[in-house]
Amino acid sequence: MGPVEQQIADIVTAALAPTHLQLSNESHMHSVPPGSESHFKLLVVSTAFEGQRKVARHQRLYALLAEQLAGPVHALALHTHTPTEWQAVASVPDSPNCLGGSKAD
Amino acid sequence: MDIMETIKDQVENNPIILYMKGSPNQPQCGFSARTVQALMACGQRFAYVDVLSNPEIRANLPAYGNWPTFPQLWVKGELIGGCDIITEMHEAGELKPLVDEAMADQPQS
Repeated sequence: MGPVEQQIADIVTAALAPTHLQLSNESHMHSVPPGSESHFKLLVVSTAFEGQRKVARHQRLYALLAEQLAGPVHALALHTHTPTEWQAVASVPDSPNCLGGSKAD
Repeated sequence: MDIMETIKDQVENNPIILYMKGSPNQPQCGFSARTVQALMACGQRFAYVDVLSNPEIRANLPAYGNWPTFPQLWVKGELIGGCDIITEMHEAGELKPLVDEAMADQPQS
């Protein structure tokens, strides 16, 4: 696990006390150098999301990880569930492949 | 016009507007491609802004919507979400009613 990945896991664990957390570095799927920590997928299952709409849950995570998102992290796929929702879903969708947009920057 | 006013004007005067990388026919990012696909499947007309060719929007919209990444779907002035939320809503059959309703109270053009 890279340093940025570790930071993300630590911050989310401390703030949301997830019952389940799955973090994958998907940077290798994109047009970045090997070993990059730019694209992540994060699954968080937490009671902190009870009664919150998806937008609010994602905004909470974006706020917690603002420093990482302003720095090395370019994309963060988020899948947020309450423990009850997670029992019904119990899977994380695949992230899309790169289409090279950063080369057009 | 100030950039924040431009953004406000765009999200409030377009019932459905998608901020994305590339265009609906030529998306430049997998997340934008997946989102535009879900939105097009709903069969309503929508506005879009390519943030790769509008760097000022790209730099300022994250602060406006408290949302750091693209794509972003806005319906009737409200941020609905990015790729993950839109895909989930589409699969749950929640996206089409939302965009249908947004267009229902628009004058026909």
